[in-house]
This record gives sequence, C-alpha cells and structure tokens, in this order.
Amino acid sequence: MTAIIDYGVGNLYSLCSSFRFIGEAAFVTSDPDKIRSADRLILPGVGAFEDAAKKLFASGLVDVIREEVANGKPLLGICLGMQLLFEKSFEFGEHEGLGFLKGEIRPISDVIDKDLKIPHIGWNGLHFPKDKARHPLFADLQENDCVYFVHSFYATDCEDCVIATTEYSAELTAAAADKNCCGVQFHPEKSGEVGMKILKAFCKM
Amino acid sequence: MITKRIIPCLDVRDGRVVKGVNFEGIRDVSSPVALASFYSDAGADELVFYDITASFEGRAIFTDILKEAAANVFIPLTVGGGINTLEDFDRVLKCGADKVSCNSGALRNPKLLEEGAKRYGSQCVVLSVDIKRVDGSFKVFSHGGRQNTGLDAFEWIKQGIDLGAGELVINSIDTDGVKNGFDIELLQKICDFSPVPVIASGGAGSMEHFTQLFREVPKIDAGLAASVFHFGEIGIRDLKTKLKADGINVRL
Repeated sequence: MTAIIDYGVGNLYSLCSSFRFIGEAAFVTSDPDKIRSADRLILPGVGAFEDAAKKLFASGLVDVIREEVANGKPLLGICLGMQLLFEKSFEFGEHEGLGFLKGEIRPISDVIDKDLKIPHIGWNGLHFPKDKARHPLFADLQENDCVYFVHSFYATDCEDCVIATTEYSAELTAAAADKNCCGVQFHPEKSGEVGMKILKAFCKM
Repeated sequence: MITKRIIPCLDVRDGRVVKGVNFEGIRDVSSPVALASFYSDAGADELVFYDITASFEGRAIFTDILKEAAANVFIPLTVGGGINTLEDFDRVLKCGADKVSCNSGALRNPKLLEEGAKRYGSQCVVLSVDIKRVDGSFKVFSHGGRQNTGLDAFEWIKQGIDLGAGELVINSIDTDGVKNGFDIELLQKICDFSPVPVIASGGAGSMEHFTQLFREVPKIDAGLAASVFHFGEIGIRDLKTKLKADGINVRL
C-alpha cells in the first residue's frame, strides 16, 4: 500500500488515478497511523515552496515522515514535493526544507539561456549519470525517455544524490535520491507510459 | 532539450466528440474517453478538451467525461470553453485538468486571468485568442470568431501575459479551415515578444505544414489541430516520425 501524503497542497486526482491504472493500491491520507502502516510514501506538491513548506510543517506530519524515512520506508517526492526533501530553497527568500537530501533549490534563471521560456514546461528527455549505477526507479527506462516537467526552480549543489538530469540549455536535476528517499522534479502521473513505469518501479522499492 | 508538442483538440458537446471518423481500434469514435486514449497511445503530447455545450446539464456531463478521461489518460489535459469564473477553474481542475484555457471569459473580465494565476499558478492559465486581419492590423475576435472586439491582438496578448497567462493558444481566423498551413506571419510576430509558451492553431492541412511551422517559427512550442487528426488525414505517430526525420525535436 502506498500512502499519498495530504497536507493541503495540490490536486491529487491524477496521482490517485495513475496508481489505480497501474493496479497498485494507494490512498490519500493525513493520518499518522496510516502513514506508519503504509509500505511506502509519496510526498506530492505544487505551487510555491514557502507556502507548501509552511503547510507541511503545520500539518504535524513531519515527525512521522522523519521516523518512517529513518526506518527505511521508501519515500518519493514529486515536483515541489521533491524540492521539499532538500535542505533549503531560495524561492522568494530563504526557506527550510526537510533536509533528507543534501542540496538546495534555486531559480533555473540562474543557469539557463536568457531567451528560454520560464517555467521549463513540456516533455524533456532524462539522462542518467554514467558514473553511477542506474537507480531502481528508472530500471525500465531508456536514456532520453521523455517526461513532463513544469517548474521554475531546480535542485543544485546536490551532485552526490543526482540520479537523473535533463537538458534545458543547462543541465538541470531531474531526480535525486539518497538511500530510501527519492524525488523527481517532473510529473510521472502526467508522463504517459514512461511515467507509469516509474511509479510501478517505485511500488517495487 | 525540450520537445515540440503536438496537441489534438477535441470539441465536446453533450458528452460527445463533435467531429470524427472511424479509426481502427476504436469502437466509439465520438466517445471523448476512447478518443483521448487513442491519441495518447499514438503519441499526442497533450490534449485539449473544448466544451461547446450550452446547457447546464451538458456541462455536468462534460465534467464527468473529463474525470473519466483523466482517470485513463496520463498526459497533460487542457480544458477550454465556458470558463468564466474561478469556480469554473475549480470545477475542471478537480476533475483532472492541468490547465484552463480562457477566451471570451477573459475578454469580458480580464481579472479572471489574474485571479486564476494567483490561486492556481500561471502555469495553469492559458489565454486563447482568436485573431483576424482587419485593414492591415491584427484584431481580437469574440463569439467563436464572429465578432470584432476592436482590440489590437498584440496589446491584448501583452495585457493577458502581464495579468498572469502562462501560455497562449493563437487561433488565426484567416488560416483556420483553409488547410493551407499555419499563419506563420502572425505566429512569428507573437513569438518575437512572448515570454510564455505559444501554441499555434488554425490552418494545418498536411504533415508538411507542421514541419514548416517549427522551421519558420523556431520559437513556437506546439502545434494544435482538430479535424486533420479526427478525420484521420494525419496520424499522430506518422506526423511525429516525419518531424523527427525533418530534424524537429519531438517525443517519439
């Protein structure tokens, strides 16, 4: 059973539907006991970092998430949920994240060509670091398989935990992981067949 | 690098797709859910559901259809038609839409774009504009392209972006239905200043027209069409294979 953590951010309809579609049990919850009893956790999120971090810390769920991650339970952060796994974000100020992954969130405008559009929105290819073993999330993927991105900020100073990148005039972190904790900047639930493969692979973790 | 998108648009009235022919492998070609799955499997990068229902009952059916499509198709969905209030945004986003396209609703009340962007983020707000040449200048038309609003197209688009529109769908009335290719001149002018993604609509008649669009307007993000896809004149898989062969970066 996969618990999709509900802390009042974002629309979980497509995420729930995609689990149903791949035949994996998932439920939306904000109940610490249900989070404890789940086999794995998803931290979703859209919108602004500050607002989402505030809601997450106010939800009273951070302690149970920390415990479960420390116990080795797999956690997947999606989009802003991935960014929340890092130490801090510089999206309109400086805000603290969960700190499960070493690194920080900065605007993509720092590194991309000036004439490119922001947000980075659309289908872009995944590249897997050649000097690292392929992460289990991407076991069934090919180099340059496309996934759907919508974001204006990205994770940086996180070389050790990068498990996939994408190219938008600069190399951007597309996914990161440290042990049982992983995050994807893109939306697997909107990435068609490739996205479903990633969610299926997560359900095997 | 980010790929160019191909987007089929489905006009839905009372829960049924308005135009369409029989494709192999689809039982019910006027079922929006079946057609959406078919396009998604064929490699469509995104889908637009356009609600042309006038009645209240029809609108409720539309939302049910949208829900069902979003439960079976896992690519981005944009919904347009009948978006006049924030409640309309809420109604379709809850049913699995990712973006909301405003046209007449934004012309009547430009603040709709601002409020939508504030609540849901700019990436969610699409401004759709029907444009026609009148005495050498580009004007915005309303009422399904029948009425000249007198507004200058470029001024309106700039205002829309300032208010919070995160993407543009540019429908050229002059090229729409003619099947002679997209309105390159108009699209180029808009891409010259737009900081947000631009989707070209109106005029696609052949696969070559898409190649021409992406070559001659390198900054365009996507090509949208309805009838050439629904009538089976262009297969999406064939189109994307050709674009790739022509050196256009697409997702295959």
